[in-house]
Amino acid sequence: MSYTIEGESGPWELVIGLEVHAQVTSNAKLFSGAATAFGAEPNAQVSFIDAGFPGMLPVINRECMAQAVRTGLGLNAKVNLWSRFDRKNYFYADLPQGYQISQYAHPIIGEGAIDIELADGSTKTIGITRLHLEQDAGKSQHDQHPTKSFIDLNRSGVALMEIVSEPDMRSPEEAGAYLTKLRQIMRYLGTCDGNMDEGSMRADVNVSVRKAGEDFRTRCEVKNVNSIRFVMQAVEAEARRQIEVWESGGTVDQETRLFDTGRGITRSMRSKEDAHDYRYFPDPDLPPLVIDAAFVESLKAALPELPDQRRARYVRDYGITPYDAHVLTLERETAAYYETVAKGRDAKQAANWVMGDLFAAINRTKTSIAEPPVSAADLGALLDLMADGTLSGKLAKEVFEAMVETGRAPGAIVEERGLKQVTDTGAIEAVIDQVLAANADKVAEYKSGKDKLFGFFVGQTMKAMQGKGNPALVNDVLKQKLS
Amino acid sequence: MHPTDFTLAGALAALNEGAISAEELTRAHVAAVEALNPKLNAFITTTSEQALEAARASDARRKRGEAGPLEGIPLAIKDLFCTEAVRTTAGSKILGNFIPPYESTVTAQLKRDGAVFLGKANLDEFAMGSSNLTSAYGGVLNPWQRKNDPAARLVPGGSSGGSAAAVAARMALGATGTDTGGSIRQPAAFCGITGIKPTYGRCSRFGIVAFASSLDQAGPFARTVEDCAILLRSMAGHDPKDSTSANQPVPDFAAACARSVKGLRIGVPREYRLDGMPAEIEKLWRQGLDWLRDAGAEIVDISLPHTKYALPTYYIVAPAEASSNLARYDGVRFGLRVAEKDSDLRDLYERTRAEGFGAEVRRRIMIGTYVLSAGYYDAYYLKAQKIRALIAGDFDAAWAKVDAIVTPATPSAAFAEGENTDDPVKMYLNDVFTVTANLAGLPGLALPTGLDHQGLPLGLQVIGRAFDEETVFAVGAALERAADFKAVPAMRAGA
Repeated sequence: MSYTIEGESGPWELVIGLEVHAQVTSNAKLFSGAATAFGAEPNAQVSFIDAGFPGMLPVINRECMAQAVRTGLGLNAKVNLWSRFDRKNYFYADLPQGYQISQYAHPIIGEGAIDIELADGSTKTIGITRLHLEQDAGKSQHDQHPTKSFIDLNRSGVALMEIVSEPDMRSPEEAGAYLTKLRQIMRYLGTCDGNMDEGSMRADVNVSVRKAGEDFRTRCEVKNVNSIRFVMQAVEAEARRQIEVWESGGTVDQETRLFDTGRGITRSMRSKEDAHDYRYFPDPDLPPLVIDAAFVESLKAALPELPDQRRARYVRDYGITPYDAHVLTLERETAAYYETVAKGRDAKQAANWVMGDLFAAINRTKTSIAEPPVSAADLGALLDLMADGTLSGKLAKEVFEAMVETGRAPGAIVEERGLKQVTDTGAIEAVIDQVLAANADKVAEYKSGKDKLFGFFVGQTMKAMQGKGNPALVNDVLKQKLS
Repeated sequence: MHPTDFTLAGALAALNEGAISAEELTRAHVAAVEALNPKLNAFITTTSEQALEAARASDARRKRGEAGPLEGIPLAIKDLFCTEAVRTTAGSKILGNFIPPYESTVTAQLKRDGAVFLGKANLDEFAMGSSNLTSAYGGVLNPWQRKNDPAARLVPGGSSGGSAAAVAARMALGATGTDTGGSIRQPAAFCGITGIKPTYGRCSRFGIVAFASSLDQAGPFARTVEDCAILLRSMAGHDPKDSTSANQPVPDFAAACARSVKGLRIGVPREYRLDGMPAEIEKLWRQGLDWLRDAGAEIVDISLPHTKYALPTYYIVAPAEASSNLARYDGVRFGLRVAEKDSDLRDLYERTRAEGFGAEVRRRIMIGTYVLSAGYYDAYYLKAQKIRALIAGDFDAAWAKVDAIVTPATPSAAFAEGENTDDPVKMYLNDVFTVTANLAGLPGLALPTGLDHQGLPLGLQVIGRAFDEETVFAVGAALERAADFKAVPAMRAGA
């Protein structure tokens, strides 16, 4: 059942394409040696090249180029061995050169495709149109002074990958899933940290609506949306606005809009008529970027395992469900954690513990998988204690909570609190004899056919043993004694 | 002999022999600058004190046995090269207060080799011009005078007019220039000296204020072919800071000056024979070819069929790149800022750029903006790029038949202020023989080989294969020996 929005005239389909700006993970900027760390003092990471000083020239950073190629390979896309940098000319105070260097006509990466995972367990393929390298502009700050604007050029010249999708998405969920997948792939590759709140990933959202079976109608672009949640909200808000325009007899004009996160609506930024004439032309300071096919092959050979491959491996080798495999591979850190826990152990049980108790503990303690409240090695040791019968499932939960609280290893906690499970049949028989003797009336009822009382005896026995009785043995002995 | 009359090679020999110190040599040139600059206006900024200090340091290095290949040689630096802590204006008001915190690669290499900088030479604003009259710091007077009209104020050519005038008037032993469409070769010809625009990529563009990036190339001026060769060796070389700089070995250019031209095939492009070209230029050209034939070269008629499109192509490509390159002069970070109390950003841009740029620069920015605009790009810029490729192809075909090409350097001798200035297109025609080498990226050398009827110098141009400056120098040196050009300008040091 495909997603539609119900208007007065019936259901409307959504057509969504995304342009994602992803900051390349690199130590230096795209064309200068200046540093790129987030959060530095304003204008502390600016070379004369980034500030557009006279006579300064760009020289491409090889690592940024390699990162773009890695990303292209991760998107199953064509790597263009010949690409070129153009100048996009416009005036703005935070654009020091008066132009942005960007691969307009000949991008380094061509067509590709990625699969996105949806909540109903289905997957969908989204086409990638292209990926190109470009430099970021600086940042204007209009709120620092009543009459002046301040300019911070730290971002000026930072390498960005602009990743353009085909208009293949049909719902806010798909847009969100696409961004999630894109970010996941880049994080696996180490080519973009995907931190949207730090601005290292932002999206321009192209939205149009149509009736079933129609060609595309006019689209609008919602610029610079900076979280996945906001992208999903912006898609819906913009689609609803367009439906209203169409249904009230108007036409949607192609324009650039902004998403007002406070009010949950989009606002017009500039119309098509006001669009800049960017006067693109090849940057004469930079020869075409020619990449050796062998270089691409060497990057390909060194690529890490990607999310899709890893997910398939988990299903195949660990025997867990595709959904569990999806959740466990979303973040590279989660996958690494899981693999440590699962190694040499019951992989399904490991998955349940990571996705259940560990995730809950992370949420509760406001930590992250990168700095988990319980280390993977300790969780593994806990599983071992269950496997060798030292701990029952119930006791293990208790021990786990103690591990979260104290940060100590499970063995130490078991030792200290005397939580070790009793597996001595003799000891269990002794306790059961006492319980049965003390409840002779219930034993008589049980024997006369009240089977449900079996649970009562188990409970009484466990209570008497402070929960440390091995549940299987307790069951066995009880059955034997009551027969 | 007066120290300012040395050739550069002669001065190096005298310094090596101890016949003169760098300080004495520099002092003589500083005196020449101080005496002549008020009349010629060849320098925008003089750095006499720093020059004398540098000369003393040079003498000390020589004493320690650490003399570089240009040790103690006083030079003029075109004010388009950024020089650390020395104001660099590009001939524009918009950079009137700009003191670079960095040094261009070319000037850094000259300093490394021991050269002494006398100051920053005048030029057309942002190197846009053929007369030096577009400079915001006033025109430069050509030190040569017409025999029958000595009062006429002749231009030195442009854009490197100050550099050429300084070398011609013996204010410097050599100078740096840049050449985008003829800005070294035309002023060299007008001032009766020698200048070479090397192959594109031979000298780093890092730290040179950009005019048209795909055409700009630095090169030297001097009074002999050999002196140019010596200077070029220091200026040239691969620079990782310029992505268009060529990773090519730098040969001993001076050694090539002694090479025989015997057996070389010299091309004479028929398309360079212009309608209405003065007879004396035609004669000068034939004479040059005769000299080369006498020296054992073979003269070959060739065709460069797309030559007639070169000027219009140039005047699309160069302004297009310039319109983008000059966008950074916006009053935001450095240089001139003109703003009213209530100026917004757009007003700041408009005031700064309207006041900061002169008329010719504004004209070229507008032409360049136009030819890159949506709807015009294909008809102008893209078409020009295609023709540029055809022009380069003409030369490629020619190199199968010849080893060098000889043409006139300019269609006329130096003109006077006020002439050619009514019509920009007439001014642009000055570049007719020189722009082709820029469009094709080839080395071109201009040298004086005779005088016109007014007693003004006329020059020939030698064009060579890419990265074959050695053949260009060999042919230039052969022409120089045959021409034995001894004339000197009326205004010069020691006169």
